[in-house]
Amino acid sequence: MTAVLTSADAPTEVPLKRRLKRAERARQVKALALVLPLLLFLLFTFAGPIAGMLWRAVDDREVRQILPQTIAVLADWDGKDLPDEKAYAALAGDILAARGSGTMAIAAKRLNYALNGFRTILTSTARNLKAVPEPGTAKETLGKINPAWRERATWTTIKDASGPLTGFYLLAALDLTRNIDGAIVAAPPDQAIYRNIFTRTFIISLSVTALCLILGFPVAYLLATLPPGRSNLLMIFVLLPFWTSLLVRTCAWIVLLQSKGVVNDSLHWLGIIDEPLRLIYNRFGVCVAMTHVLLPFMILPLYSSMKAISPAYMRAAASLGAPPVTAFLRIYLPQTLPGIGAGSLLVFILALGYYITPALVGGAADQMISYFIALYTTETANWGLASALGTVLLLVTLLLALLYGKLVQGQQVTGGMKN
Amino acid sequence: MSDNLSLRTPSQRIAWTSTIIVSTLVFVFLIAPILAIMPLSFSSGSYLTYPLPGFSLRWYDDFINSPRWMTALKNSMIIGVASTLLSMVLGTLAALGLAQWKSRFKPLVLAFVLSPVVVPGVITAVGLYFFFAPIGLTGSYLGLILAHTALATPFVVITVGATLQSFDTNLTRAAASLGASPLYAFRRVILPLILPGLASGALFAFATSFDEVVIVLFMVGPEQRTLPREMFAGIRENISPTITAAAVILTTVSVILLATMEGLRRRNERLKGGSA
Repeated sequence: MTAVLTSADAPTEVPLKRRLKRAERARQVKALALVLPLLLFLLFTFAGPIAGMLWRAVDDREVRQILPQTIAVLADWDGKDLPDEKAYAALAGDILAARGSGTMAIAAKRLNYALNGFRTILTSTARNLKAVPEPGTAKETLGKINPAWRERATWTTIKDASGPLTGFYLLAALDLTRNIDGAIVAAPPDQAIYRNIFTRTFIISLSVTALCLILGFPVAYLLATLPPGRSNLLMIFVLLPFWTSLLVRTCAWIVLLQSKGVVNDSLHWLGIIDEPLRLIYNRFGVCVAMTHVLLPFMILPLYSSMKAISPAYMRAAASLGAPPVTAFLRIYLPQTLPGIGAGSLLVFILALGYYITPALVGGAADQMISYFIALYTTETANWGLASALGTVLLLVTLLLALLYGKLVQGQQVTGGMKN
Repeated sequence: MSDNLSLRTPSQRIAWTSTIIVSTLVFVFLIAPILAIMPLSFSSGSYLTYPLPGFSLRWYDDFINSPRWMTALKNSMIIGVASTLLSMVLGTLAALGLAQWKSRFKPLVLAFVLSPVVVPGVITAVGLYFFFAPIGLTGSYLGLILAHTALATPFVVITVGATLQSFDTNLTRAAASLGASPLYAFRRVILPLILPGLASGALFAFATSFDEVVIVLFMVGPEQRTLPREMFAGIRENISPTITAAAVILTTVSVILLATMEGLRRRNERLKGGSA
């Protein structure tokens, strides 16, 4: 029937093909038009803001705007000796102008990040500089007001901060800095805290991932093995915490674990302890509360990967004489590996960015990187550093998410083949 | 069936029994904290310890009569409902489009659309803080609704997309061949079939906004404080039993959401089972 039709329509076949192609193209354009509103929306509410944050990590225009003449003169300075009289005169002019417009504090803040004490140098100079120095005396005048102007480091700091782009914040986020000759070196110990914080963030995330895996594996196994009726019922124990507010769960742990909390009281009442144990506002509390929050994210992928394993494999192994332990280790466990990988990566990625839980149940030594990003954004307003730390966290997260995407994609392929 | 298999040898029985014991402990670990704070909200005393000195509703009374908590509840509802509606529109359109779109860029676009779920909350919050402040969107309902919509829409795209995957496109063709306009076909054929997917997407979206606190911490003034934000402040200062009352109210909302979700899932399974 179809064959008859095609042969009868043979002369019009080419236009039909083209028509179909055109219709398909129109369909594709329509499809794209449906996605477009969301793409534009996310551009404004998500991608734009994040691009803005990345930009702030390298943006360095403050000093340039406030000390424009100085920056212009220093552009030709080789940085080897003290700059010449021209630079001093330009600086004196800039300082007087900035004092007039009240913008000195902005430049002082930025320069102080790079060289501790720079704020004092600038404010004392601004206060004591009476008028534009006579031509040829600027170097002497400034040096007299503050001897720091006779030091090369003061001037290299200004030159480093001349913008418009800088690697200063990103280097600082990795505990690095530029020395007086512009080489990248380790930051001084009192400023080198971020590698420690990143390491801490990784350690907490890894511990939580390991705890979730250890606790989640037997539960997922049980749920996947039980008949559907009973496993559906037990699944509520996993889904209820999943849907319960993070704040409620965090609050619950504080109530349970605090020194006069339910756990300590019960232990005391049972006569196991005399003094209350310190269970919260430390690493233990953070790990317990985070594991509680993230455990469902481990159980659910594990469960679905175990659900896909046919019991026939285990039966086959048993019938071929494999002892249960061998069958489990050689037949069952390898098939759960994609689930273990997906669950662990998911929990790890989510844990890396945790802020609320450690902030509420952790001590000062348990705060993760997100805490410092928030601190520098809202409290100290060191936006460059906050953005640089955010950039590093974002890069790590996206790399892991890419890995996760690959893993889950591969899993879907094998899952399809098994069915 | 596999049950019986695991009980064949003594060693298997031991393994199975220990699985049950460990799982039971984990279930206790998961549920106990949530259950433990509930009775405390009905305590007549102001200490968060057992045994309770007596039963009272004074903390609920406190909650209802506190302008702070009631404003927070109202704000949470306004922002939750508004961002759910907005994310439903954007997410459903996008899911419909993505289901038809064939391009090698599709995985990339999908990854972009889903990325708000993966990016740490603090990063989104800091970005929004810098971006929205100069245009007057911090300290406003609109800014918060837009931000929560961005976070919630991926869930709508996922759930609606999953429903569309099992949707038989022949039905649309049949409708068209019978003379239905695309809009009519959508309303009378597609919509009723994907409605459960839409409903679960809406639940996810609402739960996302209702529970979100990091962006709220960065973006809002005192007037737009939400329930989680008030709880955060309360936990920071000192945990009064009023917070446990708020926690019970929030948990009740979660249970309702979860129960609706389960109902939808079961209905869907039943329908699938019927057609197979």
